[in-house]
Amino acid sequence: MKEQLKSIAEETLSMLDKVTDIKSLEEIRVMFLGKKGKLTAILKGMGALSAEERPVIGQMANDVRKRLEEAIQDAKTKLVKKERAEKISREVIDVTMPGTFIPRGKKHPLTLVLDEIKEIFLGMGYEIAEGPEVELDYYNFEALNTPKNHPARDVQDTFYINENVLLRTQTSPVQVRVMEKKKPPIKIICPGRVYRSDQVDATHSPIFHQVEGLVVDKGITMGDLIGTLQVFAKSLFGEDTKIRLRPHYFPFTEPSAEVDVSCWECGGKGCRICKNEGWIEILGAGMVHPYVLEVCDIDPTVYSGFAFGLGVERAAMAKFNINDMRLFFENDMRFLKQF
Amino acid sequence: MKAPISWLKDFVDINKDVKEYAKAMTLSGSKVEGIEDLGASIEKVVVGKIVSMRPHPNADKLQIADVDIGTETLQVVTGAPNVKTGDYIPLALPGAKLPGGEIKAAKLRGVESFGMMCSIDELNLTRDYLPDAPEYGVYVFKDNPGVGRDIKEVLGLEPVVEFEITSNRPDCLSILGLARESAVTLNSPFRNPVIKVKEEGTGKASDYISVSIENPELCARYAARVVTDVKIEPSPLWMQRRLAAAGMRPINNIVDITNYVMLELGQPMHAFDLKCIKGNHIIVRTARKDEKIVTLDGQLRELDPSMLVIADEERAVAVAGIMGGENSEVTPDTTTLLLESANFYGASVRLTSKKLGIRSEASSRFEKGLDIENAITAINRAAQLIEELGAGKVVPGIVDCNPVRPEQVKIKLNPGNINRLLGTEIDSGWMLELFEKLEFGVDRETMVLTVPSFRPDIKREADLAEEVARFFDYNNIAPTLLPGKATTLGRKTFSQKMEDFIIDQMLSSGLYETYTFSFTSPKVFDMLNLPKDDKLRNAVVITNPLGEDFSIMRTTTIPQMLQVINMNYNRKVDEGRFFEISYVYLPREGEMLPDEKKMLTIGMYGNTDFYDIKGIVEQLILRMNIQNAEFIAEKNNPVFHPGKTARVVIGDETAGYVGEIHPDVADNFDCPYDTYIAVLEIKKLVDNADMVREYKPLPRYPAVSRDIAILINDNIPVRDIEKALKRKGGEYLEEIKLFDVYKGEQVPEGKKSVAYTLVFRSPDRTLVDDEVNRAVGDMINELKMEFGAVLR
Repeated sequence: MKEQLKSIAEETLSMLDKVTDIKSLEEIRVMFLGKKGKLTAILKGMGALSAEERPVIGQMANDVRKRLEEAIQDAKTKLVKKERAEKISREVIDVTMPGTFIPRGKKHPLTLVLDEIKEIFLGMGYEIAEGPEVELDYYNFEALNTPKNHPARDVQDTFYINENVLLRTQTSPVQVRVMEKKKPPIKIICPGRVYRSDQVDATHSPIFHQVEGLVVDKGITMGDLIGTLQVFAKSLFGEDTKIRLRPHYFPFTEPSAEVDVSCWECGGKGCRICKNEGWIEILGAGMVHPYVLEVCDIDPTVYSGFAFGLGVERAAMAKFNINDMRLFFENDMRFLKQF
Repeated sequence: MKAPISWLKDFVDINKDVKEYAKAMTLSGSKVEGIEDLGASIEKVVVGKIVSMRPHPNADKLQIADVDIGTETLQVVTGAPNVKTGDYIPLALPGAKLPGGEIKAAKLRGVESFGMMCSIDELNLTRDYLPDAPEYGVYVFKDNPGVGRDIKEVLGLEPVVEFEITSNRPDCLSILGLARESAVTLNSPFRNPVIKVKEEGTGKASDYISVSIENPELCARYAARVVTDVKIEPSPLWMQRRLAAAGMRPINNIVDITNYVMLELGQPMHAFDLKCIKGNHIIVRTARKDEKIVTLDGQLRELDPSMLVIADEERAVAVAGIMGGENSEVTPDTTTLLLESANFYGASVRLTSKKLGIRSEASSRFEKGLDIENAITAINRAAQLIEELGAGKVVPGIVDCNPVRPEQVKIKLNPGNINRLLGTEIDSGWMLELFEKLEFGVDRETMVLTVPSFRPDIKREADLAEEVARFFDYNNIAPTLLPGKATTLGRKTFSQKMEDFIIDQMLSSGLYETYTFSFTSPKVFDMLNLPKDDKLRNAVVITNPLGEDFSIMRTTTIPQMLQVINMNYNRKVDEGRFFEISYVYLPREGEMLPDEKKMLTIGMYGNTDFYDIKGIVEQLILRMNIQNAEFIAEKNNPVFHPGKTARVVIGDETAGYVGEIHPDVADNFDCPYDTYIAVLEIKKLVDNADMVREYKPLPRYPAVSRDIAILINDNIPVRDIEKALKRKGGEYLEEIKLFDVYKGEQVPEGKKSVAYTLVFRSPDRTLVDDEVNRAVGDMINELKMEFGAVLR
């Protein structure tokens, strides 16, 4: 019986050497170790052995079984690895082919700039206010210290609906609407659409967007205005940006200023974009005129404030190097996809 | 306002380079828009005297001249036909720079030439500037300007600085005003002009003319002088050049003098031919009803009683402060002049000039409100110039009718308040000194400042603060950041956040954001197929639009979206996916202002269908957790395809529409037929949004699902089928999933096969087949009863 066990072991091992696939391996396992397998058959003959022989042969048979099981397992592992390797090598794809896009749209460049501006001021504690575009002459001009027949109205060619109603020429009327309802401290920005009677060309549009800012509280200074605009300009145009204030005239601020930022292209040396000035005008600002505070029932001897207004199109043209304002309102897909 | 530097220098020393000067002025508030240097590109051009001329041996049209330039005599070849021996001409020397390039010594047809004689074109000058220049050929000086002198000096070629003057500073619409600003800016002394009039005429002015003002509220002062023995001729070259450099065309000595004074002092003036003033009486009054006048530009103007005129005893002779009348114009035959220097009420001049459509140099100054004292200074300055130029004899005296005296403005200077507003610590002595330089009356004891009459813009303390700030230089104010002040919470409101959310949802759905104009043409209503009585046709109308296409405020956003699609389609962009958040403007009965409604508009074309755009809207509604939204077939919206459109209803209210554009509308806007539009009112979405999220335990027991397919009449919408299924589904019905709708083979005509997966689940146990089967049976039965459906 010993001989038989030995030969079965040898036979199995030699077959395992030649096996090339998992199916044949399984057949080998069944042939020797299965219920009707050769080894099982031998073990069934154990009953005929003497009591002395039985444990010895039993031990030996178990050893053989263990050896064979291990060998089969090894062979199996090898075969699985081999088959996986073959499968992998069959599955090679061209990874340089384009990926699949989940289509996603894009924000309009004006929204991108508006979002950035909003974020800067929200971070400084401002709230966002809104007001109507079809507005009363009172809010757009009169409450802003610009009575009828005031020459300052010439600077803003106005679309009128009737004598008392117009399309707002600036976001400043929102200042008055907010101050009428809310008492200081006030810290708001008002983004919105404004209208001026300009023919459409590369740098003009009868419809454009502004962001107005207003802060009113006790002890607000012009230094605070300058500091705020500095932070704003650096956040929007980059850390190296400088600002420059020039005295100007707005009926609803006093002192008033026009504010330039150092040219983002040349950094102030002078180039085509800044027309060799080194500076580009981006906003108007000033200390809220005491008349405007009085109109809103806020005592100018107790409170002071600053206000500023920024053209969004101009900022977006600057940021994205867009040279024609008309592109914003044309909405060519090939334009919109660029941002 | 264009200011030639030499003119400014009459009143102030400017010892800076012109660019530095411009920068300093800009920073103190007189913004320089540009510098035009007439002599900028001219160098080494001098006055030469032609001492002899001879023909060129090798060319018929050329001559050889010997030109004396003081230090030497140069041989110059010239082709100019108009020069002769003895002429003084501008000669560009070898190495000279001209606007057209550099001049070199050269051989012309074999003869050496050391320079070039110049025409005004070669010097880049106009005949306005040098009216005596010949049309062709070299410029020849009338007299000897001094052989060898630099041409720039001789012709007064100098930098001209152009200032942008804001409407609050009419005093700076003058050389004198700008000189005053320059003096304070540069810390350089200011020289007020000394004006002396000899008055060599006979009699006195009041012998010749009387003045009455009927409307003192519109005319606070009218000053008149009379000039006899008038000789009309061209004004001297220096005056013509200054006028031309400042942008005004020289006409004759009298007109030029009035313009010169206006530019120099900022006071518009007018000259009448005295013999045309009937009754020798000037009456300042408002126009009569139906009164007419032909103004100096030859136009017949119809006046109305709101307009102020200058009249004689019979008729209007000028529109006050705007333009003179032809009937009293100064002509070459004029012998006696009436000079007017008046002060008119700004708002009235502005209104009249707008009504008549005339804006003149005079009206643009008057409308800003002028200094009442300046009227006298100006009329004397004009008289002085008339005497100096020998243009006539000035009759002694001024007829000065001045019914209204302005109040002097006095403001107490409180340096503490000013420093508190600016955030500075500027010394009060510095402030006082500044106001003295600005010609304010300064009482150092009481700190009361008297505002000079030429500064109408200074009314209260804040105005003083600006004066201090601008000469301190805004940029010297230390930046601060609201330390400890105005502490507020910066945050968006719920609807602002929801708008961001909607935008994000649109982007995830593959849409690109657009911005379109909010005004449009009234023609779009017909193009949209809207019936004549549709309420969307009631729009806010602009009274002064840029044209019909921009004449009403939109009541619907659809036309602009269709225009965007049309534009892209025409540019061969093969598909478009757009959205916009923008307002419509709906007039309200009895309200001044319209209702401004914010709309979400979606537009798509190319490679898409109804279910794509509906899916976008559905997903938005799902994500905003709007519970009671429904899509109902809409057959009556004229803009949309009656079979491919849904009305979006939230609760009982219509929130918008989604559908294919009506083919007629597609044709009208030249859009492809597969154009899909959705419009939704943002407020209705936001009001119904529920963004509160609460965790529900994950299911612990398995779901049981059953697939069913039914045959049903084709015209039954799935929405109705699903309502019936829900009704009978029982408490464990979790989900109804439509997975197939089929028409065609094996389905009878007029029917469709609809297949659903029905999912059931209990939160606390595993369901048994029986109870699920019973529920499914009930559901099928309901479909059978209600729609006559049969199970397939």
